[in-house]
Amino acid sequence: MGPFEYFEPATVEEAVSLLKKYGEGAKILAGGTDLVVMMREREIKPRYVINLGRIAGLNYVHLDGDKGLRIGALTTIAGLERAPELKSSYRIISQAAARLATIAIRNMATIGGNLCNAAPSADMAPPLLALKGAVKLTGTAGERIVPLEEFFIGPGVTTLKPDELMIEIQVPAVPAHTGGMYLKHGVKGAAGLAVVGVAAVVTLDIRDSVFEEVDIALGAVAPTPIRAKRAEALLKGQKISDGLIEEAARVTSDESSPIDDVRGSAEYRREMVRVRTWEAIRGALKLAKSV
Amino acid sequence: MKQRLELKLNGEMREVFVEPWRTLAEVLRDELGLLGTKVSCGTGDCGACNVLLEGKVVSSCLVLAPQAQGREILTIEGLATPEGLHPLQEAFIEHFAVQCGYCIPGMIITAKACLDENPDATEDEVRLAMSGNLCRCTGYVKVTEAIMAAKEKMKKSVSGTGYGKGR
Repeated sequence: MGPFEYFEPATVEEAVSLLKKYGEGAKILAGGTDLVVMMREREIKPRYVINLGRIAGLNYVHLDGDKGLRIGALTTIAGLERAPELKSSYRIISQAAARLATIAIRNMATIGGNLCNAAPSADMAPPLLALKGAVKLTGTAGERIVPLEEFFIGPGVTTLKPDELMIEIQVPAVPAHTGGMYLKHGVKGAAGLAVVGVAAVVTLDIRDSVFEEVDIALGAVAPTPIRAKRAEALLKGQKISDGLIEEAARVTSDESSPIDDVRGSAEYRREMVRVRTWEAIRGALKLAKSV
Repeated sequence: MKQRLELKLNGEMREVFVEPWRTLAEVLRDELGLLGTKVSCGTGDCGACNVLLEGKVVSSCLVLAPQAQGREILTIEGLATPEGLHPLQEAFIEHFAVQCGYCIPGMIITAKACLDENPDATEDEVRLAMSGNLCRCTGYVKVTEAIMAAKEKMKKSVSGTGYGKGR
């Protein structure tokens, strides 16, 4: 690994000015659990490493009634796993956090890092996509808010400009009678990368037993984490039935475009998308009924 | 270029000069001669290099040295006291939880973090906490037994979880 020049900015402004100065040659270190592996395996050789770890005030989970949820980009995955703010409406986030890698990784890895690395299998992406999350980026040109759906461009590629960094994740308020479930299908349990990740968030119209709102997001089965919009449209406004959920799971599977790799064949992944989506919708539905 | 690195390591202030691209695991082993911490996969999958950073278990092969600047580190060498071994170390011996031993320092450090946080951990919670520590020779049954036995010992002892505390 190395050599590189190492910086520890004390503020976001300082970090942005370092990024402006060193741009493409620089890499941001948050928790380091992905970056250090990539540097060691020589997949990348940054000339400058900018560690955000000493910047205060980017590690928080704020729940603000009708305004929704805001998470600081440097909040660790273990922090999310345990956050009391994520035990009810936003439980799907802590559920996904608990399924990300090992405890030793979760203690270092950050939510901003997980999203900015933009691995198709990133565990935090499907739940935040299904919750219609957005990310706040800051750079030389100022701040901007990007819906998470528009943030991912390809494997490892995002809309982040070379002089920008992510500072916050925002999630809108969750209506009553909403349940969410993230299922990670892996070969090594949580410790391995997801072979398939499925997040489903369901809002019920309790009186009419109708799907008022459904959001389904997938990980590890396309070049980026994706939403399954055709399946969402199929369910939205419809009366709840087992047949319809099965159909939506099939449509979701059709919307995925997985590849063959060491963790599973494309065919296997498509089938697991169907199975896990069926499970996730039913699980989310059950939770929605209970709140 | 080398930079000054200060660590509160196993209760003692230590100072070394290292390049910023060295990992904490390398600093511990190569610069400070603490060979108890092992390195195996180098990707955070195996847990052999686990140490406590500010009381939290981390994979030291994924921590850059300067990330640990000024922070408190506990390695396997810091567990025993002049009075004797840590209850986890004793229990691993008593329960034959060791075969080749390579994974054991990481196992014991992870187990300590688990019990420090949750002194009443159930067997399931222990298994979950240990799921990021791989053993390639024997298995996990005796390891789990040892940790459950150590848990009882740590609860009974007057100093309680005081073993290795603050170090």
